[in-house]
Order: sequence, then structure tokens, then C-alpha cells
Amino acid sequence: MKNKLITLILGTAAGFAIAGAASAGTLDDVRQHGFVQCGVSQGLMGFSVPDAQNNWTGMDVDFCRAIAAAVLGDSTKVKFTPLTAKERFTALQSGEIDVLSRNTTWTMSRDTSLGLKFAGIMYYDGQGFMVNSKKNPNVKAVNDLAGATICTQSGTTTELNIADYFKSQKLEYKLLTFEKNDEAIAAYQDGRCDSYSTDQSGLYAQRLKMQVPDENVVLPEIISKEPLGPVVRQGDDAWFNVVKWVYFALVNAEELGLNSKNVEEMKKTSTNPEVQRLLGVVAADGTAAGFGIGMGLEEGWAEAAIKQVGNYGEIFDRNVGKDSPLKIARGKNELWMNGGLQYAPPVR
Amino acid sequence: MSLDASAPRQPRSLLNNARVRGLALQAVLLLILAAFFYDLALNTMDNMATRHIVSGFGFLWRRAGFEVSFSLIPYSGEDNYARALMVGFFNTLLVSAIGIVLATVLGLVIGLMRLSRNWLASRMAAAYIETMRNVPLLLQLFIWYRLVLSPLPQARDAITIGSASLSNKGLTLPAPQFGPGAWMAWAGLLAAVVLSVFILRWGRRQQEATGKKPPTDLLAALLYVAFPVLFFSAAGWPVSFDHPVRSNFGFSGGMTLVPEFMALLLALSIYTAAFIAEAVRAGIAAVSKGQSEAATALGLKPGLAMRLVVLPQALRVIIPPLTSQYLNLTKNSSLAVAIGYPDLVSTGGTILGQTGQAIEVVLIWMVIYLTLNLLTSGFMNWFNARNRLGGEVMA
Repeated sequence: MKNKLITLILGTAAGFAIAGAASAGTLDDVRQHGFVQCGVSQGLMGFSVPDAQNNWTGMDVDFCRAIAAAVLGDSTKVKFTPLTAKERFTALQSGEIDVLSRNTTWTMSRDTSLGLKFAGIMYYDGQGFMVNSKKNPNVKAVNDLAGATICTQSGTTTELNIADYFKSQKLEYKLLTFEKNDEAIAAYQDGRCDSYSTDQSGLYAQRLKMQVPDENVVLPEIISKEPLGPVVRQGDDAWFNVVKWVYFALVNAEELGLNSKNVEEMKKTSTNPEVQRLLGVVAADGTAAGFGIGMGLEEGWAEAAIKQVGNYGEIFDRNVGKDSPLKIARGKNELWMNGGLQYAPPVR
Repeated sequence: MSLDASAPRQPRSLLNNARVRGLALQAVLLLILAAFFYDLALNTMDNMATRHIVSGFGFLWRRAGFEVSFSLIPYSGEDNYARALMVGFFNTLLVSAIGIVLATVLGLVIGLMRLSRNWLASRMAAAYIETMRNVPLLLQLFIWYRLVLSPLPQARDAITIGSASLSNKGLTLPAPQFGPGAWMAWAGLLAAVVLSVFILRWGRRQQEATGKKPPTDLLAALLYVAFPVLFFSAAGWPVSFDHPVRSNFGFSGGMTLVPEFMALLLALSIYTAAFIAEAVRAGIAAVSKGQSEAATALGLKPGLAMRLVVLPQALRVIIPPLTSQYLNLTKNSSLAVAIGYPDLVSTGGTILGQTGQAIEVVLIWMVIYLTLNLLTSGFMNWFNARNRLGGEVMA
């Protein structure tokens, strides 16, 4: 009896000792699973939406596909996990997903206190407001919203932005927050709230889903900076580098004139050393740049991503830009040399 | 136990004592359980530290910065997270408490209808129970929200009676502002409680002595209304009203009962009433038929027989399942997040989103719901013990 008890206690204690052990690197895990686990939104047009066959499309989705192409050589090897705003960080912290690509704003507290790292800025956004011009014809600017009820999704930066902005403008308002975006939109359409607020890209996306899109006006003001980007766990530098440089590779590709159609050709013909380094071209004397291998990937990592998914400009145009129903102008998301903010460190 | 002192005392090992052995085993099990949870907590904290996740409850005292649409206590974005949680807690409490009362009354009526010999009443009750019990609550909640919202006019075309108005922004009423001396109303209520105890006791003695019951119930009820009003007048009627004024988007000032609250209250009480109705039916069916036959034989009318003979006996069967329904209603109120009613889970969720301190917020949720429900079931157990059969026979 006594012995059995002691064994039980020791056995339990030993069990706990193992429980705390850290897991292996995410890069190895991804290779072992054979797919990238990617956290996305539950449905935001242009960023991540599933169709009836559960095929996901959008900028955030394409970024995960580019990672899969770079790491596994196949952009289809992605498992998408739709997450609410509230769940997203916990899902990443607990290892349920490998990368969070869910129109998430890079803020100081998220970067420093959640054990997470932002790997780049896929989309420079800002928070805006939408009103129904038929119900509220006098609202032309945010300051006309004094006393209004504003609907938004909970668990996001929007609540705090509204509070800060309305306080600084000394305006009164009422806030109604919903767990899911769809419910917030439904309440807005019912006239329960006078305005709906989220990132401007989101406003344009939601506007298209309205009964009469043209009745709904996006107000001109942007009240916050919302740099949206992919997030990974802190303390896994190898994986952090991979995600960060997949993003840089997409931006550099656009800058260097590489796209999904010409990348194979350019690999053979380009004499630009930067292109050769990015695509891992083996020089005439048999030496390769070795950047891909240094990162723990194949030399053809960037080529696979660009070929299968496209460069940054292609991803933008296809999902939110001129080739999409959203028709959002490049604006701040134009390359730096064209007056935008998209800028990637050189491949050197 | 009385041991014969002269009996030879055998030296006995403690291990042979069943009581000691039992206690020791339980102590060991308790220790293992405690060690398990201690280790779990330590492990979690350790893992969070290695992953650079900030933990602790210090965030509660930071500025919340977000507004809520409905609050029972004064609150603005300048207050801290702890107060925001309080707002949510009181909102949960409000909808649960009113929901429990409504669900009980409705459940009792439907349960009695279900047993009625009137074919139509019984069928209607059955249809109600089966529909409400078998449609998911979340779905019902969405339907109620739409049903509450859609017939209501826009704020600009609000239905106005005096300074009260109804629109899709909610029911706006003048808010009473109590001045000094308003506590006198509470004092009046207290006096009414004390006095009514004496009156009811006197009434019962009269009934036992003479067989006739003086109208003490009515008198007591009158006291509850009259005393607070009387005391309040004595204090000089210290109340003024903050009337709502029309603004660009509805109203400012006054107090507003938001449509989210009404939808949630309707959904919760109508859904739970179906379960309570079944509990009531089961309880009444459990009372032997002889009881109502005996009551009829004594000359009691059916209504009186139900109220004085059957229901008191049915109560002891009804209360345990009723308690679980009360607990369910309280927990189900957390579905409020779906329609934007700022309950505990909704405000907590916003805080979770802003601070990222998931474990702490979830812990707070768990502790509050657990406490709330333990208090409810504690009260119901006390009430059940009071109604137990034979309590008076044994005394």
C-alpha cells in the first residue's frame, strides 16, 4: 500500500517534470507536418475569405501560401485556422498556429508583452468610419458624429482608437461592440448604430456586402495608424527570419521587376547580381549566394514563393487593388521609390 | 462508546484503525491534488515567463479607455479595467436576476397549462415547450434581437409619450436624481418588512383560533407600497428628473434601456421557462393522486387544492431541477456577446483584447460565475431544506 502510494507520487511528479519541456523549432515542425498552420480572419474580403469549397483567398492568405512555397516548395500546403479577434493571440502563443496572418495591427504592447513578434507590415492601414448617407445625410466628417452610436468588433484596437480620438475632440459617443463582424454590420444596417468603424480597408470590403453599397459613405478622416502584418512567437529566431524574409522577398521582387510570369526566365537571363542572389542562381564559377541555405531553406525559396504566389504588387492588385472588386488604390502601400512606404532591406 | 476499564488494552497499530486509515488516505489524496494544481500554476507561470508573456493582475488598475453602451454604475473610459469588469458584472447580474423571476413565473404558468384538462391550453403549452427546448438558444437570441429591433422606428421618428420615447436606440426615460434624504424610502421599506412579519403572524393565529383569516396578505402588500411612499414624502420628496433631450443621433441625458438588454432578457426567460415548465409538470405529477382527491373530498375548490395541497408537496420535487435551470440561465447570459450587450464576458473580452492577458481574464470570469452560481445554489438548497417533507412532523 505504502509503496504503491510512493510510486504514484513519484510517477506524477516525473510526469510534470517533462510537461514543461520546450518544443522544437517551428521551422522543423512545419517540415515534419508538411504544412504551415496559418491563423486567418473568419472572413474579411480582400484579406482572408473562404469560398463554398473552403478555398481561401486574400492578401493574408496569399502571404501564408508564399511561406509554404518558400519552406515546403508548394503553396497549397497550408492549413487555415479562422480565428476571432479575441482568440488570435492565444492561438499563436499556445502553438495551435505557426503564423498569424490576420489583418493584425502592430502595436507596442502586442509586440512587447504578449511573447510575440511582428515580422513586417503587409498593409499600411488606418481606422475610418462609415455612415449611411440616406439615414444621416448631414454627416460629412467624423466630427459630425457627436452623440452617435458606433458599432465595431470587440477585441480589436478600434475601441481604443475611437475612445482616444473622440476624447481628444471632446465629442460624446456610444459604443456597441459585437463578438463577430457580421453582427456589427447587421446592427449597422438595421440602424441600431449610426456608424460602423474599423480599418479603412475593412470598410471598403464590408461596403461591398451591403444591400445598397452606394448609400454607404466612408468618411474622409483616418483616425489612427494601423500597420497590419504577420505575427510569430517570440524566441524562435529561425522561424521569425523565414517569415520576415518571405515578406521582404515579395517586396524586393516587385522592386526588381520579378513576377510570377517572368521569374523562371529572369533566373536564367538576369545579370543583376541582386536578382541572382534573391533567386539563388549558381554563378558560372559554381558559387552560390547561399542565403536560402543560411536561413535553413532551399536555395530556390524565393523563386518558389514568387512563381506560385506572385510579388507584393501582384498580391495587392489581385486581392484588394485594381484587379479586385475592392479597387483600393496602392497609396501608402506603393513601393518606396513610387512614393509609398513599402520598403525591404536589400538581399546582400 | 463505553469501554470496560478492566478489559486488557491491546497495543494496537494506528494502521489498523479504520478511521485513521481513512483520514490518512484522504489527506494524501488532498495533498496530491494540491501538488497537482500548484505544479500546474507554477508550470504555467514558468512557461509564460520563458515565452516573454507578461502576467499578473496589475493591469486591472490601468485606464480602460473604452466606453460601454449600458451601465448600472457611473462609468467612463477614464475609469480602470477593474471598474469596467464591475460594469459587466452588474449587467450580468441584472439580466440574470430579472430573467430568473420572469422564467419562473412563465414556467409555472406553462407547466400548469400543460397539465390542464383544457385540450387547447395543454396542446399549446406542449407546443411551446417542444419548440423552445429544441431550438438552440443562440439562434433564438438572434431572432429576438431582430424581432425587437426591426419594428422599432429610427431615433428621429421615435415614439414619444411625455418625456419617454421608444426607438431602435432603446427605451429612453427621464433619469431620477435622488437628493439627500432619499434613504428614507429604504427605511420605509424596512419598516414595512418588520411590521408585515407581525401582521402575518397575528393573522395566522387568528385563523387557527377562529377558522377565519383576516385579509392580512392584502394589508401587508399595501404596507410595502404605502410605507416607502409615506417616508419619502416625509423627507420632502427629494427627487428630481434628468429629462432626455433630442440630439442629432437620438437622445442625450436621461436613462436608456438598450434593445440588446430587452432581446437578451426575452430570449433567456422564454427559453428557460420551457425547461421550468417541464420541471413543474414533473413535480405536480409526482404528487399522488390521492392528495388532490382528499383535498376535493374536504371541499376545496380545484384552485385552492392546487395552491394549498398539491403545489407545496410538488415543490420539493421541483426545486432541485429548478436550481439547475437558474444556474443555466445565469451562465447562458454570457451569450450576450453575440448581440453586443455589455455583460461580464463582453467587457472582459474587450479587456482581454486590449491587454492580451487571457489567463487572468479567464480566471476572473471563472471565479465570478462560480461564486454567483454557488450563491444561487446555496440559497436554493436552503429553500429546499425548508420545504422538505416531514420537516414539521419530526419537530
